[in-house]
Amino acid sequence: MSFKIERVPAPVWMRPLFIVLAVIITFLLVSTLVLAAGANPASAFYELLINPLTRTGARADILMMATPILLTGIAVAVAFVAGYYNIGAEGQLYAGAIFAAWVGVHSEGMQPYVAIPLMLAAGFIAGMLWALIPALLKAYLSVDEVVTTLLLNSVMLFFVSALLNGPWRDPVSNWPQSPTIATSAQFPVLIPRSRVHFGAIVAVIAAAAAWWMLSRTRFGLELRAIGKNKDAAKFLGVPVRRRLIAAALISGGIAGLAGVSEVGGIHYYLIGTLSPGFGYTGIIVATLGALSIPGVFISALFLSLINRGAISASRELSVPIYLSDIIQSVLLLVTLAALLLSQYRIRRER
Amino acid sequence: MESLILLIGAALRIATPILFGALGETVIERAGILNLGIEGTLLLSSFVGFVTAQAADSLWIGLAAAVLTGIALNLLMGFLVVTLGLNQHVCGLGITLFATGFALFSFRLIYGGVSTPPSLDESFQPLNAFSGTAFAPLFSQHWLTYVSLLFVPLLSWLLFRTSFGLRLRSVGEAPDAADTAGINVFRMRYTALIIGGTLMGLGGAFLSLAQLGAFTHGIINGRGWVAIAIVIFGNWKPWRVLAGALLFSGVQALQLRLQAEGVPLPYELLLALPYLLTIVAIAIVGRNASYPAALLKPYRREG
Repeated sequence: MSFKIERVPAPVWMRPLFIVLAVIITFLLVSTLVLAAGANPASAFYELLINPLTRTGARADILMMATPILLTGIAVAVAFVAGYYNIGAEGQLYAGAIFAAWVGVHSEGMQPYVAIPLMLAAGFIAGMLWALIPALLKAYLSVDEVVTTLLLNSVMLFFVSALLNGPWRDPVSNWPQSPTIATSAQFPVLIPRSRVHFGAIVAVIAAAAAWWMLSRTRFGLELRAIGKNKDAAKFLGVPVRRRLIAAALISGGIAGLAGVSEVGGIHYYLIGTLSPGFGYTGIIVATLGALSIPGVFISALFLSLINRGAISASRELSVPIYLSDIIQSVLLLVTLAALLLSQYRIRRER
Repeated sequence: MESLILLIGAALRIATPILFGALGETVIERAGILNLGIEGTLLLSSFVGFVTAQAADSLWIGLAAAVLTGIALNLLMGFLVVTLGLNQHVCGLGITLFATGFALFSFRLIYGGVSTPPSLDESFQPLNAFSGTAFAPLFSQHWLTYVSLLFVPLLSWLLFRTSFGLRLRSVGEAPDAADTAGINVFRMRYTALIIGGTLMGLGGAFLSLAQLGAFTHGIINGRGWVAIAIVIFGNWKPWRVLAGALLFSGVQALQLRLQAEGVPLPYELLLALPYLLTIVAIAIVGRNASYPAALLKPYRREG
C-alpha cells in the first residue's frame, strides 16, 4: 500500500474551509507569542476578534481603518490579476496624496462638491503617472516591474520628504507637513462622532467598479486571460502590451485614491508618515482575497478588525501592538500554503 | 586629498551592510530565487544579534546568533518558494513583514517603551590601521568591512570558477537541464539560501554590533531594498555589485558631508539618485540584462 499525491483541485465549496483552516493555524502559531508576552491567548483573541465588534466606536474605527487598505487591496488585485506585479502601491498612494494636498490647499472658496471630485481626479491621475514609468518599461523593454515599482516607492518617499522639508514646509508651525487643505476640500464625516469619512464611500464605489470591470467586461476577461497565460492571450488577439499598461495605470490610479482619502478624510495635510505601509498591506489584502474583489473586501475588513483589536489587546493586556503585523504576515503565508494544499489530494493505492 | 580619503573611508563603512546584503542576494538570485525578505531579514538578524550579545555578554555569540537568524529566515523562504513553490514576491514581502513585526514585538517585550535606544557596553571597534598617517581614516575600518570586501573575490571565484558555482548558476538558468544532468535543484537552491542567509546575517550584525553598537527600529531603513537594486545594477556579478554598493555609499557619504558643512541642498533628491540611476541602468540594459533565466520560477519535478 502506498500513497500518491495527485494534482486534483478541491471542489469550489471547500475553498473557504481552507481559508478558515489557515486562520485557525495562524492563531495557534501566534498564541505562542501571546504567551511569551505574558497574556492568556483566549483573552488576547477576544480582544483581537470580538471586543472591537461589541463597541460602536471600535466598529467605526474598523471602517475607517479598512478604507485605505481596501483601496490599495483593489489596486494590487487589478494588477496582479493581469500578472503585473505592482509592488508600488505605496509610492502611488503618496503621489495621489501630493496632488490631493495641492488641490486641497488651493480650493479655498470652492464648493465641496467641486473641490472633492477635483482632488479625487487629481489623485487618480497622480497615481497613474507614477505607475506609468514601470508600466512602459515593462511593456516595451521587458524590465521586471517588481523591482522598478519597489524602487520607485523609495524615490517617492524621498521626494515627499524633500517637498515637506523644502517648499511645502508648513509656514505656521514650521513642521515638515504641508499647509492644511481648505475646509471645502475636507471629506465629510459619515457617522457622527467617528472618523469614518467620505473615503469609505469612494472605496466601496471603487470596489464595485473594479468588480464590474474584472468580471463583467471584455476588458476584464482579457486581463484575466493575460494573467493566466500571456502567450495564449496574445495568440487569441489580445493586445497584451496595451492591456498591461492599462491594468498598471488603473492600479496606480486606485492606489492614488487611497492617498487622497487619507489626506482628505484623516489628516487634512500631507505628512511623511501618511501611510504606515498601506501599499504593502494592499498586497496582503489582495492575496488573502484570492485576487477577487469580494474576497478583497472581506480581507480588508478582517485585517482592520485585527488592527483595531491589536490596539485593544495592547491597552488591556500589554501585548505589543506589533502583534497585528505578525498575524497579518503569518496569515498571508499560511493561507498561501493552504490554498496550494487545496490543489492536491492524497490517494491511497493498493 | 585628505577630504577624499575621509569620504572614501566613510563610503566603505556605509557600504558594508549593503554589500553583505547585496552579495547574499546575488547568490540567491543566481540560483533562481528573488528574496524580497531581505529587508526584514537584515532587521531581525540585527536585532537578534544585539539581544544575544547583550544577554550572553559576548559579541561573538551575538554575531553567531545574527548569522543563524539570517539562515533561519532564508530556510523559511526556501520552504515556501522552493519546497512549496509559492509566489516569490508575495512570500518575500510576507517574510519581511513577519521579521519586522517579530523584531519590533520582541523589542517592546524586552525593553518596553524606552525613549533612548539600548546600546551595548562594548561593541566591535574599528581597527587602528596606519594611525598617525593620512591614510588612517581610509583603513581604520571594522574587521567586518574587510570581511565583506573579501567576499567579493571569494564569491566571484566560487560562482564563476568552480563546478559548484556552475551548478548553482545552472539551477537558476535552466533547472530542467540541471536536473537532467543529475543536479539536485532543490538542494542547490537551499544551499544558495544558506550562503545568502549567512551574508545577510553578517550585514545585519554589522549595524547593531559594530557600526552603531545599538539597536533602533529604523536601523535597516531600506538598505535591503537598496541591496536588491544593487544586485540588478551589478548584473548579478560580485565585482559589479561592489561597484554599485560603492557608488551608492559614495553618494550617501558625499550627501552627509555636504549636509554637515551646511551646503543648502535638497539632500533627499541626492539620496534618491542611486535608485533612479538603477532604474535608468536597467532600462538601458533592458532585455540584455542577464537575469537568471529561471528567476521567480518555482521548479516542480513531473511524475
